[in-house]
This record gives sequence, structure tokens and C-alpha cells, in this order.
Amino acid sequence: MKKRIPLFIVFLVGMLMIIQFFIPHRLSVTFYTGFLNWFTAMVLFALIIGIGTLLNRHFKKIKRKDDDWGFSIVTITGFFGMLLIGIFGGIGEGTLFMKLFEFVLTPLQATMFALLAFFIASAAFRAFRARTFEASLLLIAALIVMLGRVPIGDKLTFGFASTLTEWIFRIPNMAAKRGIQMGIALGMIATSLKIIFGIERSWLGSDD
Amino acid sequence: MELLSNILNPWNLLAAFLTFAIFSFLYKDNPFYKFAEHLFVGVSLGYSTCIIIFNAFIPKVVNPIFTDFSHNWHLVIAVLLGMMYFFRFSSKYRWLIRFPMAIQIGFTAGISVTLRMDARLFKQLKFTVMPLDNIYTIIVIVGVISVLIYFLFTFKRKGILNPLAKLGTIFLMVGFGATFGNTVMARISLLIGRISFLLKDWLHILE
Repeated sequence: MKKRIPLFIVFLVGMLMIIQFFIPHRLSVTFYTGFLNWFTAMVLFALIIGIGTLLNRHFKKIKRKDDDWGFSIVTITGFFGMLLIGIFGGIGEGTLFMKLFEFVLTPLQATMFALLAFFIASAAFRAFRARTFEASLLLIAALIVMLGRVPIGDKLTFGFASTLTEWIFRIPNMAAKRGIQMGIALGMIATSLKIIFGIERSWLGSDD
Repeated sequence: MELLSNILNPWNLLAAFLTFAIFSFLYKDNPFYKFAEHLFVGVSLGYSTCIIIFNAFIPKVVNPIFTDFSHNWHLVIAVLLGMMYFFRFSSKYRWLIRFPMAIQIGFTAGISVTLRMDARLFKQLKFTVMPLDNIYTIIVIVGVISVLIYFLFTFKRKGILNPLAKLGTIFLMVGFGATFGNTVMARISLLIGRISFLLKDWLHILE
């Protein structure tokens, strides 16, 4: 019962979702929308569990006075601060929540990703060696795209870099992406079917 | 005077401090970076939770239940099922979380089969071969087929499949190179954005 009923639910819901896709009727759309709202209702609780796990980890760190435990207070304060400000002050334009988004979250996020520019450049310098034909292709394509994406690169190459960049994106890059995407899609479809038919059961966990 | 007030604006000071705190990692790991990093985790989690509550949970679950209960009573079941996730903290009844998980996994798997098949397979196939009126479309078709052959591991590649797989590698390498170049430039533009904030919006050194 502990495993068979959940497996049956997965099969039933999965099959209903597949069938409704092929029935272009108002009832089918209503059914889909209803289930989507069910999904939304449950996602919040799943999120609470995830947040609970993270906070629990930080609370334990503070309790045990582990290394850098003081920074765990920053994470907890940041989370509850943002949450309470959002809940009690609203999240509309001009609210404190949006101010914090604009002057705390945006700078943090943008700078964190901007920082990666340095690390990508440094990693590329160390890893990219034109040892083989394929590695050279990768290097050349990357250089052309980098040149084609900035005005100075385009000026230096008399407009050739941006034209070639466009061509790379429209033809070889698209072919590679499509091939990969189709492979991913086939893999996901196969895995989804395995889950629906109960062949893949790892999500049930090992206990009981 | 206006310039000074802009520089000393607490919000601008805070944003500038956090920007410098993150950039300080370029020197080495330090308490300022750790502070900013931990703050980022907490604030972004709080932000995401608020967005889910206000943009999804309240309009799609809470409001329908309280404004039109007769038509939306079934959402109460969904909320109760969602609450079953809390059984995770009970060692005796932990298995009950499989019920909400089963609904969510079943829903996602069912949607994945149909939507992925439609959007990621059939539509991609359609736009790969259409319009078949120029040499570039033929190159794309050859590229897609060769990339798919490269990922064929069901049996050992023999004969014509080997050079086709090699051709697939060429397409993949050019694609990876283009993606890498694009990623670097995206990061560079974020960097320019932060420098622009510091020198233009905050200090007004650049106009």
C-alpha cells in the first residue's frame, strides 16, 4: 500500500495528462487548468520543505558554533527580512520589497554573474589549447562570436565578425542545438514514460 | 550638492558596498565576500518565496477558494495534499509524502511526454526541414542528423556512420564555441552594467 498506491497515482495522473493533450475540448482544458492550480497549491509546500531544510542546516551551524557560523545569521536574517517585508508591506512598485530587490538583490546577482567573466576568461586561458582540430574549431568559433558581439570587434574586421557570428548562430550552432535538444527530448520522454509505467521508482525512496 | 547627496544616498551606498563586496573575491576569499554571498542566498530565497505566494499561491489558490468556494472546493484537497509534505519530519509517517509527490511527478511526467514531444521534437523537426529552399537548410539538416548520429550509443558505429559522427563533432564544437563566446559576452555585459552603476549612476564620473 505504501508504494503501490503512489505508483498507481503516478500512472493515473500521467496517463490523464497525456490523454487530455489529444482532446481539444473545453472540458479537457478546464481539467488541465484545474490540475495546474493543484500543482501550484502543492509547490508552495514543497518549497517550504526545501527552505526548512536549508534553514535547519544554518540553525544547526549556529547552535554548534561551526566555522563561519556568524554568516548563517546573515542568511537567516536575509530570508526572514525579505519574506516579512514582502508579506506585510506588499510586493508592488514603490514598496520596500522592490527597493530591496533593486538595491540589494539585483547588485548581488549581477555582480556575482559578472564575477564569472573573470573566471571564465581565466579557465578558458588555461583549458583552451588548440591541440586538436576540434579544439581549434571551438576556439575559433568562440573568438569570432566574441568579436562579433562588440562594436570594436566588428570595426576591426570591417563588419565581417558580426556577419560570421550571425551565420554561426543560424546554421552550425542551430544544427548542434537542435540535435542536442532532440536527444534531450527523447531522453525526457523515455524517462517520463518509465516513471508513469512504474519502471523508474527511485523517487519512492528506499525505506518501507 | 546634488552629486554628494546621490553618492551618500543610503540605497546607492548599500548597492555599491555589495558590488565591491562581491568583487573583493577577485583578490581572495574574505569576510566581506562571505557576507554578501550569504546575504544573496537568504534574500533571493525570501524574494522567490514572496513571488510564489503573491503571484501564484494567492491568485490561483487562496482567492478562488475564498471568493467562489462552490466551484473551487477541490483546491482545498490540493492544499491538504500539499500539507502532507510536512510528514517528512515524522519518522513514522514519512511515507505519506509519496502521495503529493506522486501527483506532482505524474503531472510533470505526463506533461513532459506530450509537450516535449510537440515542442522539442516535432516542431524542431518541422523547422529543421522547412523551408527546404536554400543550401543553408540542407546544411542544418545534415548537421542535425550527424549530431544525432554522434549521440547514438545503442550499437557500435560502423561504415558511413563513423564519418557522419565525425561531422557531428565538428557541428558540436562550433556550437559549443559559439555558446561559450556568447556566455562570455553576456557576463562581460553584466560587468559593464555594474561598472556603469558605480561610475555613472552612483559617482557620476561618466555621463
